[in-house]
Amino acid sequence: MSDTPVLKSGITLAIIAAVCTSLVALTYQVTHERIAANEQAWLEQSLQPALSGLFFDSGVSESKVTIPAPHELPGSSDAVIYRVYSGDSPVAALFIVSARDGYAGAIRLLVGIDINGTVTGVHVLAHRETPGLGDRIESAKSNWVEQFSGRSLGDPVASGWKIKRDGGEFDQLTGASVTPRAIIKAIKETLIYFEANRVSVFAAAADGLEEVSE
Amino acid sequence: MSTPTLIDRFKTGLWYENPGLVQLLGLCPLLAVTSTFINGLGLGTATLSVMVVSNALVSSTRRWIRREIRIPIYVLIIASLVTCTELVFKAWFPALDRSLGIFIPLIVTNCAIVARAEIFASRNPIGASIIDGLVMGTGFALLLMAIGAFRELIGQGSIMARMDMLFGGEPMYGLVIVDGGFLLAILPPGAFISLGLFVAAKNALDRRRHQTNRPMTSNNLR
Repeated sequence: MSDTPVLKSGITLAIIAAVCTSLVALTYQVTHERIAANEQAWLEQSLQPALSGLFFDSGVSESKVTIPAPHELPGSSDAVIYRVYSGDSPVAALFIVSARDGYAGAIRLLVGIDINGTVTGVHVLAHRETPGLGDRIESAKSNWVEQFSGRSLGDPVASGWKIKRDGGEFDQLTGASVTPRAIIKAIKETLIYFEANRVSVFAAAADGLEEVSE
Repeated sequence: MSTPTLIDRFKTGLWYENPGLVQLLGLCPLLAVTSTFINGLGLGTATLSVMVVSNALVSSTRRWIRREIRIPIYVLIIASLVTCTELVFKAWFPALDRSLGIFIPLIVTNCAIVARAEIFASRNPIGASIIDGLVMGTGFALLLMAIGAFRELIGQGSIMARMDMLFGGEPMYGLVIVDGGFLLAILPPGAFISLGLFVAAKNALDRRRHQTNRPMTSNNLR
């Protein structure tokens, strides 16, 4: 046994910590480009459901604007808007917002709204709803989210933006009503935001740009 | 005790001392991700690789690590390996990574890995420790896959859906036997019930084998 076991142990720990940290740093170096590319690909793929039927220029992902929380859009985390253009004229805005009152935490949603205020498509990006019940909001599992395409603030009128059980116009999901309520509320709030900020949504400078170019 | 052969070691890891089925270790990930076969395969492979490498590192450093600080060192080693595994999954299997979510980082807390480090790797040479990690990890991974396949079949009516998450390509929906299924199986209680059934089945098989191994008499000859 050494006279200074504490010091010895400390040095051993420090060496092992340094080796382990280098291992993680090395793995990060090898993987970070692939991870960034994957995230970009995933983003472009996940925007697709809200872009169908639109004519637009490529480069949608470069038109990103991050709206830091707190904001008037649904959700307490940062919201993101992608603007879609055809030539110089705005075609649609894609909102990434959070529905706060899901059954198990926030539901991250993509809501596409065209220039006339009509929903182009809704897609659930991330959620923790119950498998087999609330998770039918995923487009891979059911076509429930498709019912919002083509709807707008006037169709149905404000009181109709509810599930049928609550006297509204939208289908519920059997066995799950908390989840659909949360999503419908979030879509409605996003539509209201777009209605009120239609000009500024398209005028805002994209992330990483200083000001709007002519 | 004579040195066990490789086959004996595999029998031990896969059956007699299976970390999930017999030692009931690592139940948190086991119960949480086994809703489908592919999730079981993904988390099983990740756990297996962490277990092999952590056993190798713990074994190779065992001579100059004082007993008092061995636990923090296991934690350091395992946490770093899991972080690396997570990065690798994010880089090469992004869809599977999204499906497994928090349970890849949570491999850190899988006590089956610390158990192998403490029970085996800290007392045995590196070669034996790697084999131990391999057999125990395989035992755990196979159980995850078996329970995943079972719950997927009962709960969704499919077999091996979404294999594309691991192997790339177009979304594959596997072999769909029935559309929709008995929901309970993929909910959390289904995980407990399935594990219970697996443990019961294993015990029943062991008991039956124990009985058939007795000297044959005309009574139990059928």
